[in-house]
Amino acid sequence: MTLALICRKSTQSMMATLMLAMTSLSSSAISVRAEARASEFKLANGMQVVVIPDHRAPVVTHMVWYRVGAADEPKGVSGIAHFLEHLMFKSTDKIPMGEFSKIVAKLGGQDNAFTGHDITSYFQRISKDRLPTVMEMEADRMVNLRLTEKEVLTERDVILEERRSRIENNPSAILSEQMDAALYYSHSYGIPVIGWEHEIATLTPENAISFYKRFYAPNNAILVIAGDVTMDEVKPLAEKIYGSIPPNPKAGRDARPQDPPGRSARRLEIKDARAGNASFHRDYSVPSYSTAKPGEAEALDLLMKIAADGSTSRLYKKLVVENQLASSAGGGYEGSGLDSAKISLYAVAADGVGLDKVEAAVDGVLTDLAKNGVTAAELERAKNSYLAEYIYDNDNQANLARRYGWSLALGRSIAQIEGWPDAISKVSLDGVKAAANQYLDLRRSVTGLLLPDAQTNGNGVAQVPTKSRS
Amino acid sequence: MLISTRFAVTTRALARAAPQLAAAVVAVVALSTLSRPADAMQIQTVKSPGGIEAWLVEEHGNPAMALKFSFEGGSGQDPDGKEGLANFMTAMMDEGAGDLTAEQFQDRMESLAMRMNYDDSKDGYYGNFETLTVNRDKSAELLKLAITKPRFDADAMERIRKQLNAGLVYAARDPEKAASKAWNITAYGTHPYGRPAQGTEATIAKIASADLESFRKKTFAKSNLRVVAVGDINATDLGKLLDTVFGSLPDKAELTPVTPAKMAAGTEQFIDMDVPQSVAVFGSPAMARKDPDFMTGFVLNQLVGGGGFASRLMEEVREKRGLAYSVYSYILPMRQTSMLTGGVATKTTAMAESLSVIKSEFKRIADEGPSEDELKNAKSYLTGSYALRFDSNSKIASQLLGLKEEGFGTDYIENRNKLIDAVTMADAKRVAKTLFDPKNLVITTVGKTAVAPAAGSKG
Repeated sequence: MTLALICRKSTQSMMATLMLAMTSLSSSAISVRAEARASEFKLANGMQVVVIPDHRAPVVTHMVWYRVGAADEPKGVSGIAHFLEHLMFKSTDKIPMGEFSKIVAKLGGQDNAFTGHDITSYFQRISKDRLPTVMEMEADRMVNLRLTEKEVLTERDVILEERRSRIENNPSAILSEQMDAALYYSHSYGIPVIGWEHEIATLTPENAISFYKRFYAPNNAILVIAGDVTMDEVKPLAEKIYGSIPPNPKAGRDARPQDPPGRSARRLEIKDARAGNASFHRDYSVPSYSTAKPGEAEALDLLMKIAADGSTSRLYKKLVVENQLASSAGGGYEGSGLDSAKISLYAVAADGVGLDKVEAAVDGVLTDLAKNGVTAAELERAKNSYLAEYIYDNDNQANLARRYGWSLALGRSIAQIEGWPDAISKVSLDGVKAAANQYLDLRRSVTGLLLPDAQTNGNGVAQVPTKSRS
Repeated sequence: MLISTRFAVTTRALARAAPQLAAAVVAVVALSTLSRPADAMQIQTVKSPGGIEAWLVEEHGNPAMALKFSFEGGSGQDPDGKEGLANFMTAMMDEGAGDLTAEQFQDRMESLAMRMNYDDSKDGYYGNFETLTVNRDKSAELLKLAITKPRFDADAMERIRKQLNAGLVYAARDPEKAASKAWNITAYGTHPYGRPAQGTEATIAKIASADLESFRKKTFAKSNLRVVAVGDINATDLGKLLDTVFGSLPDKAELTPVTPAKMAAGTEQFIDMDVPQSVAVFGSPAMARKDPDFMTGFVLNQLVGGGGFASRLMEEVREKRGLAYSVYSYILPMRQTSMLTGGVATKTTAMAESLSVIKSEFKRIADEGPSEDELKNAKSYLTGSYALRFDSNSKIASQLLGLKEEGFGTDYIENRNKLIDAVTMADAKRVAKTLFDPKNLVITTVGKTAVAPAAGSKG
């Protein structure tokens, strides 16, 4: 399955970091220790400022998060949020064309950006003494972006290549895109973050500028700085640099169209010569940390940890170890959506095993969970595992900045973020059982089958059906 | 960050190390303009009561620690016809040990919230272990069990074999993986570096539990072990942990010598695969890690293909022409060879142009060298960003393990930026001539036949 998250420049380490960030997000984010770690204040222009001290090395991670993502795009211009994110590196009155990242590199820094359905984030990791410089640069491009037609069209070609790399060359990414399109009736989570190819191909500089003016403003942004700084150091800098930008009272997203309750299990299949072994996929639309009743998202998080995370999970033990119907199986709860979350499950069929048998076995595991819940020992272990994961993740400054920034951009408070371990430890057996019973409901789901297609396999003549719809 | 080196712990070590301590502290200040004693990252050399040596950085802010270790000898040790053995082994390390079946072992790992995983390269077998302080002793016992008494039960082996096979099927249809694998074969032929580290279905089918045990016995030994620890543990406790985990290993490894590997002369190969986007992997010979010209090559690669948007390939292929999302290069020094390698992915019709741009950039840097600005900027990035590699426990551990593997001392960290600053324009021009000679390029492209690059030969 692909990440619903796209970044400007792909490197292995970058993707690894993002994966880690996604993992920590799905388990949300918070300190196991009771004391508060981050502090915050608000500039007069409405920009939120958060500082997370970590004094181990004289470096900082400087991030600006915008409360806008691909799910806020107007109809017909899918991909514009991500396209604009790329274009933000082009030029301003002060920064010559294409120089932004080069200047950061000259200063010994690393920079990148990423876009999701709900957020857009820009960051630099750099020596502490260069912090004011990158703050100036980030503040400058918040309102002074300059684009030329030629640069925009060249970058559009780059993004079409990015789409080919991420989606077209990867059958499971194609399936994932189709499943999202079927899972959401009205909500724009059904449109891929990178955009549909035919819509990307028609994006214009005007589309980008209009989106930029609509959403990029200090009152729609959050500054997060983690590293070798204190709030006392950051505050005057932020006031001087970001505080001078006038707010735009109109900036900010509108409520998105919400989905009606699911009434029918949806199914689709994709045949692709490049698919490898046949695989089974199932997604459910469920409440997220932003939309769930108190304790419910945490219960779903723990439920899915027990059901599908790793070789100790119910799913792996039943399908891979016991029945040997699958060579691998897993899944999880992606709880970070502003409007809803997703439960995802997958299993790769063992040689010669039909997907109908795999599906029946997956449903057997899920039915048992919905009917009987989990055991006390399982719940205890899952809780400990999440709290430990949190401690391990504290090690990384960039992860910390991402953990806070993401949740804050979705409207969660620092108190909620730092209260997460407590919320996790309060989840009861009944809570997990109720969540399983209510949300593992096929009417909320889409089932996707990815099948190898022997007829076009490697003869180099027939077209690979990368666009097949089911 | 003040990085200082403190050799210490046992009294014997302390006595020997004292003069170096003074030298190190002086050298350290150059690394950062922001040095404060409070930031000191002190690298201790710890010798366990049983004689096992490790580097340690204590960091008590978070109740957890990371232990990273490696044994010399990775997939380059795979016997002929049993390619994929080291890789198979990495997947078997949590599949049961001692009295614990796979399921029991994994349940126990999760109960302890312990992290343990393994990886292999051609030259090394890597272990990564993390534990919470509260469970440290129990986790260490489990790590020891995995390393010294793995079970290799038949049911677990068959399960993993199926997963490895499923991975092979997938990789064969992934243009990037297919290109990489074919490139290695073209570049290094039947040398262990050319053989597929993941094996083939046929070679994986032949691997038995005796092969795994034989690999373990020959490779897991004290003589070829490198260990570093970072986090919430002191030197005395680390000494005990080292003896617990590694104390019962044999003294000497029995590695099969790997001969020097010479890369094939420049050649181009095209592989037919029906995919929407073609992928090319390219590479040419580079200098060894300990070659006096290595740092010059490293700086040059930064400005040619290693520096993201501040590099020529990104500028020419992506920024100016919009041909690709990703184009990059890096230097990969190995024990018996070294390569400058990279890749590009682009739509089928644009591959010929992309490769032609890459080749002409190789020629341009070889003929003319870099500009003064490019050289200055590359050096300034590499020195300025070095501290970013030391801002988390697991990153510090990775850096230190890398230095140990290359045979450097802890003083390398203080000297490294000086080595980069010392690279001159004359060095750069001289080294670029051979490092970027386009005639040496070995290129493998995977994509559709119909619009293959004109220069590509069918292969």
